Amino acid sequence: MNLRPDPTFYPTPQMAMQAPVETLAFTLMLSPDGSQPDGLAVVDVDPKSDTYGQIVHSLFMPNKGDEFHHFGWNACSSALSPLTGHAFLERRYLIIPGIRSSRIYVIDVKEPLKAKIHKIIEPEELMAKTGYSRPHTIHCGPEGIYVSTLGGGGADGTDGPPGIFIMDCETFEILGRYEMDRGEQDKHYDFWWNLPRDYMVSSEWGLPPQFENGIVPEDLLSKKYGHKIHFWNLRQRKNVQTIDLGANHQMALEIRPAHDPAKDYGFVGVVVDTTNLQGAIFTWWQKDDGTFEAKKTITIDPQPADADDLPELLKGFGAVPPLVTDIDLSLDDRFLYVACWGQGEMHQYDVSDPMNPKLAGKVEIGGIVKKTPHPNGKDFGYGPQMVEISRDGKRVYWTNSLYSTWDDQFYPGDRGAAMVCADVGENGGLTLNENFWVEFPDGYRSHQIRLEGGDCSTDSFCYPSV
Amino acid sequence: MNTAASLWSAVVVSGVYHGVNPGMGWPLAVSAALMARKTGDLYKALAALAAGHLLAMAAILFPFSALMVLVQWQREIQTGAALLVIALGVYLLINRRHPRFLARVPPSRLALWSFLAAMAHGAGLMLVPIYLGICGTLETDSGHAAAYDLMWNNATTALAVALAHTGAMILAGGAVAVGVYYWLGLTFLQKSWFNLDVIWALSLILVGLIALITAH
Repeated sequence: MNLRPDPTFYPTPQMAMQAPVETLAFTLMLSPDGSQPDGLAVVDVDPKSDTYGQIVHSLFMPNKGDEFHHFGWNACSSALSPLTGHAFLERRYLIIPGIRSSRIYVIDVKEPLKAKIHKIIEPEELMAKTGYSRPHTIHCGPEGIYVSTLGGGGADGTDGPPGIFIMDCETFEILGRYEMDRGEQDKHYDFWWNLPRDYMVSSEWGLPPQFENGIVPEDLLSKKYGHKIHFWNLRQRKNVQTIDLGANHQMALEIRPAHDPAKDYGFVGVVVDTTNLQGAIFTWWQKDDGTFEAKKTITIDPQPADADDLPELLKGFGAVPPLVTDIDLSLDDRFLYVACWGQGEMHQYDVSDPMNPKLAGKVEIGGIVKKTPHPNGKDFGYGPQMVEISRDGKRVYWTNSLYSTWDDQFYPGDRGAAMVCADVGENGGLTLNENFWVEFPDGYRSHQIRLEGGDCSTDSFCYPSV
Repeated sequence: MNTAASLWSAVVVSGVYHGVNPGMGWPLAVSAALMARKTGDLYKALAALAAGHLLAMAAILFPFSALMVLVQWQREIQTGAALLVIALGVYLLINRRHPRFLARVPPSRLALWSFLAAMAHGAGLMLVPIYLGICGTLETDSGHAAAYDLMWNNATTALAVALAHTGAMILAGGAVAVGVYYWLGLTFLQKSWFNLDVIWALSLILVGLIALITAH
């Protein structure tokens, strides 16, 4: 407990943008075949430092086969609402779930270069207390730490629906399930919310048998992956509305509400439209009567390709789909970054008018067909995937692995981990930084990035920017 | 300053103390006005916070005002109330966790939140020894007063204490909220928010101790 609020908690997104810039990043490393323990890499992102772009500390776990994926902080700017009653938490611990093992690590990064394991929650405990498995997204909110899961009970995670559970934000005890009335929600992926407006939005990927051993083409073609988003009364823990984006919009993943809580809209990315292989972004918004609506506002076309250049899975299509697998919104709610993991492109859209996004910048790197190298000449395996934006919106970082078994289907063979950085122009535009290139240890892949002191996909703000 | 005056100033000072503490809600008024982009919502939110706080004070003080009819037990009641306040202070000192049920109250129900927050932190209980002291000063020459008059006096005093305290609380909190909304900006929230948990628990104990000493 601090005597003052943590200096990295900000009342408004605007104030977070004016904060000192990040000097360290935390990146998850996963061993795709489970032969080595997964780890947390601390990366120097301070251009003035001698070790810029290098891993300056690594912490490896005592277990194998966790498959690190997403992670988050124990506390964020949401603590600054008197309604939560815990304004004096420290942003000190990273909560890292193993998406394959269902084990959860709490890592103390008070001294980032001496990061150490604070607590381990074994899968049996998670299962016993929640009936959920495959923990995924972490957000700090009114009642503590909220964690979404992708699986229910049983060995294959299909015994009961997946959902969200709550952890105590001080002791990291699992308190139990979040949902009191889940409505028709039966799959899960991401979630986020607008705290003052008291609603939450959640999305759907698929159930564990649909992703753990790779994408199931028959399920995709028969539209069995998730294609709905759910709106919840956050504090009543009740699903109040479900919007079906259309069964052809397979895999609705990242939910990105506007950071400024006075704005009542947000975005969700769709991996693939099975009718035309497009990737899509929907804008969703709350209407005056309190109900929600969603509309497709961005489409990204597939690119024709020679069957010889395509992996087994895509040969029949003669085209490479964009595969929109991650999106992220800058703190000023101006630029939405869209990772096109299949085509090897990172798009930057100006979403100042959320109903009418405009492509403002683009970087090509990696890709199934194009295999564009980094400007420093090195090969970038896979495509742009997990993307994170600096608080000031001037730098965008990303890694290249999607999920071990899916990597292998779309990009056969081992292509190595990568983490790169691009600079954002004054009025948009995106340019890769030639000098930033992180070398990861052999046999590892890289997934989500978190920035020291918060970033654009962790903090929830309780006060509007003025 | 005589006893009555110093007790009344304690009522007001504790109100100011509650009011300026962000944990008791003034930032929610700023947030409400910024969210709605309407200044009026600042005052509506402050009114809701005041109503909840006033209700919490009344809910604690009125049962004690009824008890005070038992004139011959006055000292025992004062001692009991003092011990209760000390016990709560000690409990809050040991158990530093915040009640999680408060986080379930939606932002649209500020009066309810304010009531529950004041109850949970013993804001009303802190006033009890002060209130009983004030009742004591009233009754020095009313030994023969009829039970009805006594009860009426105690009840109006309880109401006056609750109103004075809540008035001071909302004027102080409101002044900070208005200052932040118009001039200071939300950086003030980051700079001015101190963790008063320990000081709060200690002040409960202190008030209880003073009441114990003066009652004997």
